[in-house]
Amino acid sequence: MEYRIEVKDLNVYFDELHILKNVSLKIHKNMVTALIGPSGCGKSTFIRTLNRMNDLIDTFKMDGDVLLDGKDIYDPKVDVVELRKRVGMVFQKPNPFPKSIFDNVAYGLKVHGITDNEVITEKVEESLKSAALWDEVKNILDKSAMGLSGGQQQRLCIARTIAVEPEVILMDEPCSALDPISTTKIEDLIHKLKKDYTIIIVTHNMQQATRVSKHTAFFLHGEIIENGPTDKIFIEPCDKRTEDYITGRFG
Amino acid sequence: MPKNIDEYLIEKGLFITAISSVVIILLIIVFIFWEGYPAILNIGFFDFLFGMEWSPSNDLYGIFPMIIGSLAITGLSLLMAIPLGIFCAIFMAEIAPKQMRKILRPTIQTLSGIPSVVYGFFGLIVLVPFMRVQFGGTGFSMFTASIILTVMILPIIVSVSEDAIKSVPSEYKEASMALGATHWQTIKNVLFPAAIPGIITSIILGMGRAIGETLAIIMVAGNVVQIPSSIFDPVRALTSNIAIEMGYATGIHYNALFATGIVLIFMILVLLVIANYFHYKKKVTVGGGYL
Ligand SMILES: Nc1ncnc2c1ncn2[C@@H]1O[C@H](COP(=O)(O)OP(=O)(O)OP(=O)(O)O)[C@@H](O)[C@H]1O
Ligand SMILES: [Mg+2]
Repeated sequence: MEYRIEVKDLNVYFDELHILKNVSLKIHKNMVTALIGPSGCGKSTFIRTLNRMNDLIDTFKMDGDVLLDGKDIYDPKVDVVELRKRVGMVFQKPNPFPKSIFDNVAYGLKVHGITDNEVITEKVEESLKSAALWDEVKNILDKSAMGLSGGQQQRLCIARTIAVEPEVILMDEPCSALDPISTTKIEDLIHKLKKDYTIIIVTHNMQQATRVSKHTAFFLHGEIIENGPTDKIFIEPCDKRTEDYITGRFG
Repeated sequence: MPKNIDEYLIEKGLFITAISSVVIILLIIVFIFWEGYPAILNIGFFDFLFGMEWSPSNDLYGIFPMIIGSLAITGLSLLMAIPLGIFCAIFMAEIAPKQMRKILRPTIQTLSGIPSVVYGFFGLIVLVPFMRVQFGGTGFSMFTASIILTVMILPIIVSVSEDAIKSVPSEYKEASMALGATHWQTIKNVLFPAAIPGIITSIILGMGRAIGETLAIIMVAGNVVQIPSSIFDPVRALTSNIAIEMGYATGIHYNALFATGIVLIFMILVLLVIANYFHYKKKVTVGGGYL
């Protein structure tokens, strides 16, 4: 089995707060991994460690290893900008730029130095198609992205992320602000994307975890209590706390 | 009878305070118009606004050179203060380490509290001799005045712009960084455009202060009534004109100084309208965003 990401004994602190405690996890290539756990247990902090988004927070400190394709991403020699290009991220709240729909998707391409308009136009169309948004927006590409519905905005954010062709996509509760229909669309999209991308998705929705993921990790108070194939975690969890959480009996 | 007498009294009290400040301002404006209006009638609207000669002893009251003087000093100082201020604001909001910011912020705020006579005095003692040595002439010039004004309006431009940049939602910054944009690309393409309304506001505030500034300018601008042919020529601003001659002016001269005040009021009004127009227009066309 090939691993795209390996996390070994990761500890994360914000100031003196010890947020993640000795977390180790292996993420399979071209597979969907779900992270579940109660609010505040550190799921977002964990995935933000994988693309070094936490570096933006002054108080962030960490130790342990995070390997992407076997290379430590916290090595001082690593180019963080390059890393973030390889590890894309979709946020919990849809956060398109207050620019046009086209410019939102083109943004990543432009900052990576692509100037050929034909290439950009082609790539924007392709990404919007992969994100199952093209048909809805093809006639309003120059309109502000702020005018789209929440579900459309989130698919736009996904399109924006895949436009720069990352290898890994981190999704932090991408459906939490969406209605069931938009949620279904995004889940379909995840199914479509998983053969080309390694996807890590944080979700509070147990059904969603079983629907989209092959592998699941259960977080509690900054620790991984249990992780393994999704079927196994949901049908016969080893740990009492996992069982309590997935059956909704968690206090 | 209202249910809650305290609420009632507080609301009425606030209302009266608000109304009285508006009324006082209106009364002042009415007074200025009342005193200035005879001069405009007497001299003639065009001769007053576009007359090239200001010579009260010869009954000549043309303020055009001073309009140009005010605009030139303000324009030149904005030319220096806007880029400086914006870069400084970006540095403070995004680049400076926390410790440095802790020192810089209060320093800049203190600068904006220094009375203008102190700036003027500094200009007179330090800058004027320096300019005299460097560029010849008397050292009293439009350029000297603009430099002093730049220093005076920088704090307001920096602090208001910095707040504007800081208040751009962090989601935009994170979204941009997560796409692999560099810090500078993020500043240039996302943070700065999103902060433009606040930055425009800071410029309007700075411009208002520059046009209205009097004392510091009197002390270093040379106050010669002429249209400057170079930035090293002495000039007189509208505000200076009022302050310099108010003490001894009588009759039509006295009224003409109030009329100068009316012109100042209109200039600031027009600038505000223009600035607000751009501010508003941009908001409408980009649909809530400024990128
Ligand atoms: N910038 C920060 N500074 C200090 N503490 C933080 C910061 N960000 C997060 N935390 C703390 O870290 C802990 C984990 O937060 P995190 O956002 O990772 O939880 P989560 O599992 O994603 O929760 P949710 O499901 O509600 O999104 C929380 O206790 C939170 O208060
Ligand atoms: Mg979270």
